[in-house]
Amino acid sequence: MSEIIKYTISQAVKALKNKDFSSTELTIAHLEQMNKHQGLNAYITETADIALKRAGIADQNYHNNSQRLLEGIPIAVKDLFCTKGVLSSAGSKMLSNFIPNYESTVSQKVQDHGAVMLGKTNMDEFAMGSANITSYFGNVISPWRAADCPEMPLVPGGSSGGSASAVSAFLAMAALGSDTGGSVRQPASFTGLVGFKPTYGRCSRFGMIAFASSLDQAGVFTRTVEDCALMLESMMGFDEKDSTSIDFDVPQLRTACNASVKNMKIGVPFDIMQQDGIQPEIIKMWQDTIDILKNDGAEIIDISIPHSKYALAAYYVIAPAEASSNLSRYDGIRYGFRAETAGMSIDEMYTKTRSEGFGSEVKRRIMIGTYVLSSSFMDAYYLKAQKIRRLISDDFRKAFLQVEAIILPSTPSEAFGINQKQDNPVTMYLNDLFTIPPSLAGLPCCSVPAGMSSNNLPLGMQVISKELDEYNSLRVAATIERGSKNISFKPKGF
Amino acid sequence: MTYIVGNTGKWEYVIGVEVHAQISSKSKMFSPSSTNFAASPNSQVSLIDAAMPGMLPVLNEYCVHQAIKTGLGLKAKINLKSVFDRKNYFYPDLPQGYQISQFYHPIVQDGHLNISTKDGNKNIRINRVHLEQDAGKSIHDQSPCYSFIDLNRSGIGLMEIVTEPDLSSPEETAEFVRKLRMLLRYIGSCDGDMEKGSMRCDANVSVRQFGEPLGTRCEIKNINSIRNIMRAIEFEAIRQVNLIENGQIVRQETRLFDADNGETRTMRLKEESHDYRYFPDPDLLPVVISQTLVDQLALDLPELPDEKIKRYIESYGLNIYDAEVLVADDKIAHYFEEGADLCNPKILANWIISELFGQLNKYSIALSECKITPKMLAKMVKIIEDGDISGKIAKVVFEKMFETGREPKQIIEEQGLVQVSDINILSSIIDDLLVNNPDSVIAYKAGKDKLFGFFVGEVMKKTQGKANPNLVTCLLKEKLQ
Repeated sequence: MSEIIKYTISQAVKALKNKDFSSTELTIAHLEQMNKHQGLNAYITETADIALKRAGIADQNYHNNSQRLLEGIPIAVKDLFCTKGVLSSAGSKMLSNFIPNYESTVSQKVQDHGAVMLGKTNMDEFAMGSANITSYFGNVISPWRAADCPEMPLVPGGSSGGSASAVSAFLAMAALGSDTGGSVRQPASFTGLVGFKPTYGRCSRFGMIAFASSLDQAGVFTRTVEDCALMLESMMGFDEKDSTSIDFDVPQLRTACNASVKNMKIGVPFDIMQQDGIQPEIIKMWQDTIDILKNDGAEIIDISIPHSKYALAAYYVIAPAEASSNLSRYDGIRYGFRAETAGMSIDEMYTKTRSEGFGSEVKRRIMIGTYVLSSSFMDAYYLKAQKIRRLISDDFRKAFLQVEAIILPSTPSEAFGINQKQDNPVTMYLNDLFTIPPSLAGLPCCSVPAGMSSNNLPLGMQVISKELDEYNSLRVAATIERGSKNISFKPKGF
Repeated sequence: MTYIVGNTGKWEYVIGVEVHAQISSKSKMFSPSSTNFAASPNSQVSLIDAAMPGMLPVLNEYCVHQAIKTGLGLKAKINLKSVFDRKNYFYPDLPQGYQISQFYHPIVQDGHLNISTKDGNKNIRINRVHLEQDAGKSIHDQSPCYSFIDLNRSGIGLMEIVTEPDLSSPEETAEFVRKLRMLLRYIGSCDGDMEKGSMRCDANVSVRQFGEPLGTRCEIKNINSIRNIMRAIEFEAIRQVNLIENGQIVRQETRLFDADNGETRTMRLKEESHDYRYFPDPDLLPVVISQTLVDQLALDLPELPDEKIKRYIESYGLNIYDAEVLVADDKIAHYFEEGADLCNPKILANWIISELFGQLNKYSIALSECKITPKMLAKMVKIIEDGDISGKIAKVVFEKMFETGREPKQIIEEQGLVQVSDINILSSIIDDLLVNNPDSVIAYKAGKDKLFGFFVGEVMKKTQGKANPNLVTCLLKEKLQ
């Protein structure tokens, strides 16, 4: 394996500027690594030709000393983002032939900053899943192995599992993901990466295939907090093509990485820590993190998010409700998959196309969503869930009167085997226990690697900050990163 | 009061309507595509209108302004916060699989529109006006095996204007739709062209015997002309009366009007109706407007029909009929006002309503194509007022003006049509006449008053109609005493 793929983005940018190697060399090294690890099934589409062309332009720009922020940096893009001229399937049979003639705002922005797209990463179908086992294009495998059972393939988490595996296995220096209820933070935690979900509205949703519009937000995977700050700076920003996008200046975030947390007030919901059923390893990581922050001078404050215990239930009403409506457009009429329906009525055509085009998890959520929005159950489910959502937002608002950041584990457990947790969908949904409350409140959060399980698998800590305050989230995450630098978050053999 | 006479007594109509009015706007409600009517199929479709993956709606503020203006015209409450909801159902010409509409919190509520009925003025309450997007069009008659979809209309902004069930006859309903169309045209928020589909109407119809509670209603969908509104309602109400009188019940259902046979027929029963699963559209923020904007739009509003009618009666002395006829079309009203200060407005109104409309109709010409400008017509009226030509001669002049677009004065001079008001000339004509018709003079004096008309007619004949009729009358009376 060529060592240059192990550079962080900031290191690579310096090396490229320095002409230590070219973007073309860096890109080829990544393409080779992708080739070597086809077994991970991280990519749905590889775009070597486009990547090499872009890398050539990047080299030219370095030559002319007109390089941009991410000039020549090879990255991967979750297949949820529409990319002009390149298959954009959302991991679904329904869009398995869909090549858009337009580009999503976020993928456009990172490429406008010079990033080189290596390909489109695998994902749970329409971003619905926590293990990347619902993709029409097959499961994604994590490059990690559990110490007690090294022969068992593990999940990378989901739904942005392809992006997580790709960055973790050095198949890309960073990857775009999307996070609705934890789809960036949970896989980042499972694969030892930094994963960030910005404030709802910070990144444009234009061209990002919708799952649950009021929650969907583009996110990013990197190997360091500094790289994460770089990526965020290039991804975020107002877009008039998305009515829910926030018109608020994007701050310089890289300085957060060197800022101390001295005298910073950081909240810990100790009531959650004391709940039954949280694994001791997770609690240990949490306590270690508290120590790191205290050592750097932070003041730890006991806070409470009392309604968070209803968050999972509320989320699994709201997200499917929106999804059931968002996915109505996939009817086989204008684009995408259409079943063999010659001679059938329109209703039969819909039924057959949607029965064959969607996988079982997507169908389950469409059914749930249709049910909770039906006129007889709207009050009992959808409206009640919206009330809970407001209460959770209020809880956070109150907490943030006292503190500048909150720390909470990213996941209730380490990564699990591909064949585990498949019997009951609710067991799978519990993966999002900690990521969902801040999602419902639209808050920025960073998952940062903070510990190792006894099985030698990475565990992530989540740093949540106030609306539009990505800076403080990164600042705390960078401190945790510095405090955990004696742990290697590289999978064995990489 | 209009009623249906059944076998068991008199039945009352109870009617409410929902009017879908296409908002006059260059671009669609949530996309920048054009709203041009006659464009070739699927040529006005953006990625948003076709509901491509990842596309998001962005609200066209102008459509919101149009709805506010319409609300103001209907004397309604303008909600400073309204919310777009999704109405979910599958249909091939509905690309998103949902229509963006306003179900829970419409932008306009609680208005009213005054209409004149044969029993006098009547206030029709408006329940709400909300914004929604139109669907595309399915075309089934182009091929035996395929249906085609045209998405040009997909996403065009509509206002749905919903009345309370305050209408009591097909004629009243027609009058309401006419009045509403007039108002929308004045405001400029909808062109009201029903034949182009810019205004479509659903009618909710039920019947009851006097004093009884409301009956079960049926909704008749998508009626596309005022004549058909009346036909559909009448058919439907009689159908319901017959059902009830024959011991059957009216099922609540949605019906279609078949204009060829003049019948309504079942489209779907209430039990088969969709559960639209309305919920707030998470892609759009609530529409929040300021009172300042509402006030500004109110200031920019043109004079509306009812106020104009009042003014025509009060300042121009028109009767209510003439005022209503002129105001019915803002272009006519504008035409009238251009000339009204230059001559006697009452006479001008008469000329517009009888002669001008007559000629326009006869030649199927629109007012905008008419060669007679308002100023020219006013000048002609002034000439009549000054006694230079008679009303009869004026008709000849008018026809020439209509044909050529030349000034009345020019035509009168060229054709020698100036009125004869010279007493000496007229006196000698009358004297000759009386001398040559001694029998008639004797008969008249003996009490045959009708002969007076004969004398006037004869004078007119002799002067080719140019004699000043008032003067002729005076002179004749004097000489016949």
